[in-house]
Amino acid sequence: MSETHQSAAELAPWERDPVAPQWREAADDPVARALAERFGEAVASMRSLAGDLTLAVRREALREVCTALKEEHGFDLLVDLCGVDFPKRPERFEVVVHLYSFAANRRVRVKTAVGEEGAVPSLVPVFPAANWPEREAWDMFGIRFEGHPDLTRILLWEGFNGHPLRKDFPVEGIDTGAAIYPEYYDARQGPVAGAGTGWKPKPPAEPEKGDAAEEEEKK
Amino acid sequence: MTGEPEVVTTTYERLYNWARRSSLWPMQFGLACCAIEMMAVLDPRHDMSRFGAEVFRSTPRQSDLMIVSGTVTEKMAPVIRRLWDQMPEPKWSIAMGACATCGGPYRTYAVTQGVDRVIPVDVYVPGCPPRPEALIWGLLHLQRKIDRTRLRPVSAAR
Repeated sequence: MSETHQSAAELAPWERDPVAPQWREAADDPVARALAERFGEAVASMRSLAGDLTLAVRREALREVCTALKEEHGFDLLVDLCGVDFPKRPERFEVVVHLYSFAANRRVRVKTAVGEEGAVPSLVPVFPAANWPEREAWDMFGIRFEGHPDLTRILLWEGFNGHPLRKDFPVEGIDTGAAIYPEYYDARQGPVAGAGTGWKPKPPAEPEKGDAAEEEEKK
Repeated sequence: MTGEPEVVTTTYERLYNWARRSSLWPMQFGLACCAIEMMAVLDPRHDMSRFGAEVFRSTPRQSDLMIVSGTVTEKMAPVIRRLWDQMPEPKWSIAMGACATCGGPYRTYAVTQGVDRVIPVDVYVPGCPPRPEALIWGLLHLQRKIDRTRLRPVSAAR
């Protein structure tokens, strides 16, 4: 406890009562209530953790929900947009959008699920700041964003084989060395990593394994 | 002037090698945390100018030593190769640290498993990152290597 705090009244709430925050249903939240009234079933769940709202929306409604959050509820900053891979889900990817309201000093998280084939509506028309995060999500996970002005790789080079943050991507990569830069690499030049130690690279997993293939395996 | 004889006898080979190893001009570029140690080599405590290698040039055209200091990514590898090709002969290179030597801890899709897959390497300096003394060791090693350079083809030597 900090020595500068003289009495309990000066302590912040989390210092006075340090309990782990709990998830709870947020149907009574005014923002959540307004969104539920307007979008109905498209907002599948509304929960909050430590006062921060988390909305799970159907992906067709993502842009409309974010527009409403921006225009009507003052969430005017797109903090981040990222992807998550859950390989066992029927729609394996999740896109998480973090919004912030300067006026209310509030944050809201909007999640939506998407498979390898589907596409998420791009948020660039609403938040121009979504441009690069969406390119990163495409680069790392292969999530498609419909309506993005230039959906190309941003961190890796064009021609990279696979999307490396997928759980089934081999971390050593699929193509290396001469397969990437045949004009610069000489196959005979230099030692190979792990030579003489008995180390062998793992056979590369199927890079683009779809949900259909997994279901066939189960059968 | 002083009455002392002003004549030194030597061979062209020793003269060339002495001149080359005593004024190695490294190229000024760093790739990762090893570059911090490479900068520390220039400070007064370590002072690489004692060995004549303190003139870091900002262009490959004026440098003859490439210190690959840090992790080489697959995206950076062709750039390094291009810089190496732009350096005039004679030229040498030092792979500084575990990453430049063999990829180091990063056996991943983004990291080149050793800069020797792209350019020839004269001296490998181990460490993660190597201390400045280790880089000086590598430089002295390179100087000994340059001292052994033959100007004539080996078959024509006596």
